[in-house]
Amino acid sequence: MTDIFETVALRASGIGPESPLAATLALRGDILTMTQKAHDAALAPVDPGGLSHGERAALAYRMALLSGEAALSAYYSALLGQVDPQPATARLADPAFDGGGDGRLSAILRHTDLATANVKAVVADDIAALAMAGLSEDDIVRLSELVAFVSYQIRLTIGLRLMGAAAS
Amino acid sequence: MSEPIHAFTATVPNWRPRVAPIRLEDATPDQLAALQVTPSNLKVSDYVLVLARDSETLRDRTPLFNAIMYNRGGLSRAERELGAVGASIVNRCIYCAAVHASRYNQLAKDVTVIERIFADGEAAELNLRQSAIFNFAVKLSKSPPEASAADMAALSAAGLGPEEVLDLILSAALFGWANRLMHTLGDPIEGDGPA
Repeated sequence: MTDIFETVALRASGIGPESPLAATLALRGDILTMTQKAHDAALAPVDPGGLSHGERAALAYRMALLSGEAALSAYYSALLGQVDPQPATARLADPAFDGGGDGRLSAILRHTDLATANVKAVVADDIAALAMAGLSEDDIVRLSELVAFVSYQIRLTIGLRLMGAAAS
Repeated sequence: MSEPIHAFTATVPNWRPRVAPIRLEDATPDQLAALQVTPSNLKVSDYVLVLARDSETLRDRTPLFNAIMYNRGGLSRAERELGAVGASIVNRCIYCAAVHASRYNQLAKDVTVIERIFADGEAAELNLRQSAIFNFAVKLSKSPPEASAADMAALSAAGLGPEEVLDLILSAALFGWANRLMHTLGDPIEGDGPA
């Protein structure tokens, strides 16, 4: 099993192996390890389809920024720098960048922002808009899984951090 | 074509995909592995057949989901369902709310908690422990999340130990994931049966 304290969520939460919560977390070590595997599948899949590893890291960074999650922002910023530091990819992380007139990017960014910040407002036309912008059905699901996984990871990280603060 | 359902219900609707499910007969070996299709388990829901379009994520998601909701120890299964319902209320995932409300009702043998939540939403008045659990799940599910040290303290004050708190964080966070698939990739429509 992976060292759970090396998983992204626990590192970003600030909880280390010396924490009084270590034994409690070890009871759910399988879940924390599977969470890291899901991270790898969402951020760096063997078959990325039409959503590159760089674009995935940039979108995750953007989501962390939109969620005010500084530690995960720093993590995803570093990941983006490793996998694709090209400005054309890195700009996707800037919440103020709306796609710059590129139809595919505009649709991806609009949907990422909506599903991150106000998922209850997503309707059938929003999925149709992704298809209209040229995303394949496989890529619509890939984008949805990326946004959904990162939303989970952000909440897990914040919850763990609150737990850690209460235990120290 | 049936109109989508917009009101919360504890009767599980059908789910109509907005993205075409893959056809089982066309599935690749990777997709079949992620779908966990075996000769004794040939029935796969449309929802999972949609998710099979990203087989790498699906392969990891299914065991993770089961572990968070059903692993032994820690928070009771009913209270994990209450965490899932809290998230699904915030995100207005009618389908997820119905599935997990009905499971809560079965496990807790009490329909009044869900009735209050469906009637009054985030403001529902519940007993001390239910209220601490539901409120924490609701606040963690906001965008950005709003859960605070005070909400964490309320869980301890209501008697939850660290193992229970960890399971609540996991179940509420997990529905930040599940809601963003179920609510965006399809519509809940009239009918009775699993997605």
